[in-house]
Formats: sequence, structure tokens, C-alpha cells
Amino acid sequence: MVNIETWDISISAKNVDFYYGTFQALTNVTMDFEKNRVTALIGPSGCGKSTLLRMFNRMNDLIDGARMDGEVLFEGINIYDPKVDPVDVRRRIGMVFQKPNPFPKSIYNNIIYGPRLNGIRNKSDLENLVEKSLKRVSLWNEVKDILGRSAMTLSGGQQQRLCIARALAMKPDVLLMDEPTSALDPISTAKIEELIEELKKNYTIIIVTHNMQQAARVSDYTAFFYLGRLIEYNRTDRLFTTPDVKQTEDYITGRFG
Amino acid sequence: MEQKTHTSRQYEKELQDVKQRLIYLGALTEKAIKEATDALFERDSVRARSVIDGDEVINHLDEEIEKECIRLLALRQPAARDLRFITTAIKINGHLERIADIAVTISRKVLDLNEEPRLKPYIDLPRMAETSRKMIRESLDALVKENESQAKWVLREDEVVDRLNEQIFRELLTFIMEDPRTTHRALLIMQVSKNLERISDHATSIAKNVIYMVTGKNVRHGMFDCGSYDVFGESLEKKDG
Amino acid sequence: MKRRYLKQWAFFLAVRLSALTIALSIAFFFIFIFIQGYSAVSWEFLTKHPQDMMTKGGVMPAIVGTFYLTIGAMAVALPLGVLSAIYLNEYAKEGYVLRFLRVGIRCLAGVPSIVFGLFGLALFVVYFGFGSSIMAGSLTLGFLILPTVIGASEEALSSVPETFREASLALGVSKWNTISKIVLPNSLPGILTGSILSIGRAAGETAPIMFTAATFFTAVLPKSIFDEVMALPYHIYVLATAGTRIEETRPIQYGTVLVLVGMVLMINMTAIAIRSYARKKKRW
Repeated sequence: MVNIETWDISISAKNVDFYYGTFQALTNVTMDFEKNRVTALIGPSGCGKSTLLRMFNRMNDLIDGARMDGEVLFEGINIYDPKVDPVDVRRRIGMVFQKPNPFPKSIYNNIIYGPRLNGIRNKSDLENLVEKSLKRVSLWNEVKDILGRSAMTLSGGQQQRLCIARALAMKPDVLLMDEPTSALDPISTAKIEELIEELKKNYTIIIVTHNMQQAARVSDYTAFFYLGRLIEYNRTDRLFTTPDVKQTEDYITGRFG
Repeated sequence: MEQKTHTSRQYEKELQDVKQRLIYLGALTEKAIKEATDALFERDSVRARSVIDGDEVINHLDEEIEKECIRLLALRQPAARDLRFITTAIKINGHLERIADIAVTISRKVLDLNEEPRLKPYIDLPRMAETSRKMIRESLDALVKENESQAKWVLREDEVVDRLNEQIFRELLTFIMEDPRTTHRALLIMQVSKNLERISDHATSIAKNVIYMVTGKNVRHGMFDCGSYDVFGESLEKKDG
Repeated sequence: MKRRYLKQWAFFLAVRLSALTIALSIAFFFIFIFIQGYSAVSWEFLTKHPQDMMTKGGVMPAIVGTFYLTIGAMAVALPLGVLSAIYLNEYAKEGYVLRFLRVGIRCLAGVPSIVFGLFGLALFVVYFGFGSSIMAGSLTLGFLILPTVIGASEEALSSVPETFREASLALGVSKWNTISKIVLPNSLPGILTGSILSIGRAAGETAPIMFTAATFFTAVLPKSIFDEVMALPYHIYVLATAGTRIEETRPIQYGTVLVLVGMVLMINMTAIAIRSYARKKKRW
């Protein structure tokens, strides 16, 4: 599988179990995520990949009847420690969702929403932040003249890039992406994928995707999940040419079920 | 290893179809070698010409297989086992086509040789022809059965053919030295031998491709177990252990 | 004609007829009230005190009183209702407590208004000693419409897409900020629409204010929230049942009804205007 001895680890899951009520969604998942790399989580629907992703910024806290065992370490600290405030975790670990979900506010206000509530009040600081964040996602040239317009008027692809920019404005270390392109057309998808390539220089990215070609295109490492278990965790090029585990091979070649 | 079938049956059929056609191409190529060498041993120029004429069919099949493989790559985006199969099929296809071309070359030499009296009774050459053909047959059989050890047998057999070739070379050299008038014929036979040796080299390459397809390990550069390399030629040991 | 077309035709006829019946009865009601009442309504009627045992003059104090009571009820029900709805919809976890609360609220909505009146009398008028006053009446009316306000607010809150909350929380924004900066602003039009509609209902209620706020006649306008007031519905009730010269006050009765219906309609129009404005702006 993968050799983590030389890794600079960002997030690591240790013996993680997760339950929705009595249903066990994850079973004994242990894996490390390397800093400044893109790691893709793949697997059939209901395999637990999204659940795992949402554990990393404690989004699962919001679900009634959910329960977990094990530890999730972020830079060595267990983010499920009772002393840790989930709000602090989410500031450092941003998230981009399946459907673009800008707030029904102006483009400008979408970006500054998080930073302002976290204490940045200076107008020129905020303006700089907006420009920088939008430039990062190559949206600046498209929207610099319409910053006051509602974000809802943008196209789906632009909205998703805005959402990424909004997450980046919080200056996170990790970016979690939950099927970020599943609602987008191929060109917008290609732009997001190019962006991921660009962003990994500065961010650790973990992406859940149903599109295996996408996992193959954008990620350095790929983890295959099935029925809540981590089946194979490997370098992406290896996993897609010569997987170690038969189940992985069956899945990625389309011989499943 | 038990192999599940594809969720898409059409895709499964297309993959099987490529395999079938590859086997058929292999059979045609093998037959071309047999006809070409038999034409030599039995001094039958008609059969030699039929090999030259038959090459067109082989070339056509070769083109079709390649087209189908490229189509599958484009439309199905195969992964893992299927990806390895299709890339391997493209390579094997190329090797088979070149083997068929070599059969044509041999046939041309045979036509020249048949114009002149027989130099000597052939003993090692038929063995060489037989072995080369068997190597092709076995390597393709290994492909069908996904049998690594069968493919490895082919790799070992290459040594045998190489040695036969050297032996024939030395023998013909003595003919030339004893009687320079035999030079033309001896050189032609040497070329036939050399070409058979090249056929066995191609068969060896096919076997190596089959091993890659089955195991995912690349043994093209050097013999077995000299370390595994991924498709990009990077050593996996250094990074992954 | 085929059998199934016959069935369809019969069903559509029934549907059309019932819709028509409702439309006609509403039209009849409004036309009747208008014809009966409009002769009585004049500028004087809206601005003068009643005179001569209610047979002359206007209903100005009752309009003012109803206005005060309505505002008062809103002031009571809106904060209480919205805050409860936030608790129920955003904070409370599914369980026995939540289920018990919801059942309680639903029961409250089904309680007859006269019971609210008696409750108001016992609690606010007597126990808290507010006396019959705007204060007691507003509180009673507020409690009467509380279930509706909670219901409307909950609905408005839950219509804010979950993705907005997730987006905000994922940015490291606290739950309270998420609610106050994202959820509430986006559900405010819905909350207001629902609440104003329920206020329209409260404006026309007689029973709850009968014992808690309304008076038959007062010569002066209320000076504080602890004063009694006249109110339109109670005024109608009194004119129609308690006077000695009921027949003579008939035109004034219908005039008052017209004024009350007009007021309620205006309140509802406001709600509809807010809703259509919000719909135009809404884009999710």
C-alpha cells in the first residue's frame, strides 16, 4: 500500500468507527493524509466515504443519533477531544459541497462572510481578501465588476468556484471536497480540476468523488472504500493500473454487483 | 483466479472480441511461419508465394484490432486489469504483425533458395522453426489463460532458439570456408535462421507483455524479479515499499 | 363517450362547483357587508366618538383600541414565537421533550378563544393585577396566536435550505451566528407573512378581549397600556346584543363590521405584499 514514513502528515484517522443510530457506516478506518497532496476517496454509494470526509471537520456533529469511536488527529491533535471546539476545527479545515451553495448575498459578501465574523473588520483588508480569494480560483476577471451582484446570478461552475474562494478566504490548511463537480458541466468540471491541481501547492485536499476518472486525474493517492471499510489505499497511478486488492480491481474496472 | 464479468455486458463482449481476434491473428501468423519454413524444407515455391500473398489479410486484421483497442480506450476508459489487457493487446498485435512480416521475408529468401540446389539437409532449422512457433502459440495461450508460468516458459525457450541460431551460424560458416561457391546459399539460410531467431524474440516480448498484464509487474528490461516498476518506469520500492 | 371520460367529466364538474360555491359565498358576503355598511361609513364615522347611546357618531376609539391590541399582541407573540421556533427547529434534538412540546403547541392552537379569554382574566387581569387593560388584552391575544406564529416561523426556518447552514458552519462560523446572520434573515419574510396573517385573525377576535381589555364605552382614549379600550369586534358584539335600541344601531353595526373587515383585509394584504416581494427576491 502506501509508505507513510517519509510523509508530512496532515490528518490521520485512527481506528475510526461511525454509527448512524444502529447502522455502522465506518468500520475501523485507519489512514493518514499527506500534507499538500490530493487524496481521493472512492467507492460505491453508501460505502462511508462521505461520512469519513465529514468527520474531518466535524460536520457529522450536526446529525442526531450519530456516534463515533476512535480518533481523528489533525496536526497531532485529536479533533474529537472534548476540549476542542468544532468551530475552531472548521476554521482550519474548510469544506466544499456537492451542490454549489453560495449564500443569497452579493459575491463580495459571500467571501467576507466568514472572515468578518471571525474578527476581520478593516475594509481594505477585506477588499484585499476578496480579490486574493477570487484570483486564487480564477474568478476575479469574471466577476470583478459585479462584486455587488447576488451570487445566485452566477452560473453553476462560477458558483462552485465562488464557494471554494469563500472557503479559501478563511485561510484553512485543509480543503475537504464532497463531490465538488457532480452538479457541473464538463467544462466547469475541468476548471475545478485544474484549480485542485493548483491549490494542492498550498493546501491538503481530500476529495470524495463518484467519478473514477476524476479521482485518477486529480489525485496523488486514492483510497477505495466498500461497506464502510477501507479496502485499498494506494498511489493513484498504481491503484488504477495495478491495484493490490481484487475488490478494488473489480470496482474500478466496472465488475461490481 | 475467478473473474467476475462486467456490469456492462456489451463492454465485456468487446473485450472478449479483441482477445478472440488477437488469437486468430496469432493463428494466422503461426501458419505463415509454418508455410514459409515448410516451403523451404520441401522446396515448394507455391507455398512461399501464398505466404507473401496472405500477408495482406494479416495486415488488415492487425489494423482492425488496433482500431478496436483505440476505440475501447477512448469510449470505455478502461482501468486496471482491462487497461493492462488493452495496452498489452496493442503491443502483442504489433509483435504479431511484425512476425508475419518476417514470415514474408523468410518466404522471399526461400524463393531464392529454391532456385538453387539444396545445400544441405536441414536438421536444426526445422527445430528452430518448430520452437519459435511453439513460443508464439504458448505466449498467446498464456494470454488466454492468464497463466504467468506458461509465459515464463516462453522466456526460457528463447535461450534455446538463440543457441540454435548460433550453432547454425557456425555450421554455415564452415560451409563457406570449405567451398566459397556455397556463400550465397549459406548467407540466405543464415538470414532465415536469423529471422527465426527474431521471431522468437518477438514471442518473448509477447510473453513479457502477458506477464505484465497478468501480474502488473514489468519484466521487459531484464529477466524476472529484478524489481518491480510501475508503468512510468519509476521504481515502486523507493517510494512505496 | 367512453366511460372513463364520463367519470372525469363528473369529477371535474364537482371540483368546479365546489370552487364556485366558495367564490360565490365570499363574494356574496362582501357585497352584503358593503351594501349594508357603506352608507354608515364616513369620515366622521372613522374619527368621532360614539354619541347618543351608540345610535350616532363614530367608532374612532374602537379602531384605535383594536390597533393597540393588535400591535400589542404582535409585540407579545412575535418574539416569543420566533424564539420558540428557533429553539424547536434549530436547537432541540429529536426526543420526548421535543415531541411533548409540539403536542402542547398543537393543543394550544385547538383551544377555543373563549378559554383564552378566561385564562387571560384569571392570570393577567386578576393574578397579575393588570385589570382589564391593553396589557392584559395584548398578552391574551398574543398567547392566542402564539401557536400559529410558532408554526409559521418553524415552517419559514425549515424552508431555509440545509445547505446554507452547512456552508456557514463549515466556514467555522458559530451556530448562533449562522442562525442570526443566515437563517433568520432568509426566513424573515416567511415569519412575517405567517405572523401578520395570524394577527389579522386576532384583530377580529371578541372572546379573548371581552374579559381582559375591552370596554363598552369610554369617553377618552387610553393613556397607558393599563387602560381599558374599546375594540371593533367587541363593539359589534355589544351593539348587536346588549343595547336597548338594537334596531336603531343596525346601520352603525354594519358600518363597524365593514371597518373591521377592511382592517383585517389590509393586514392580510400587507402579508401578501411581503410574501410576493420575498418570492421575487428569493433564488434558491
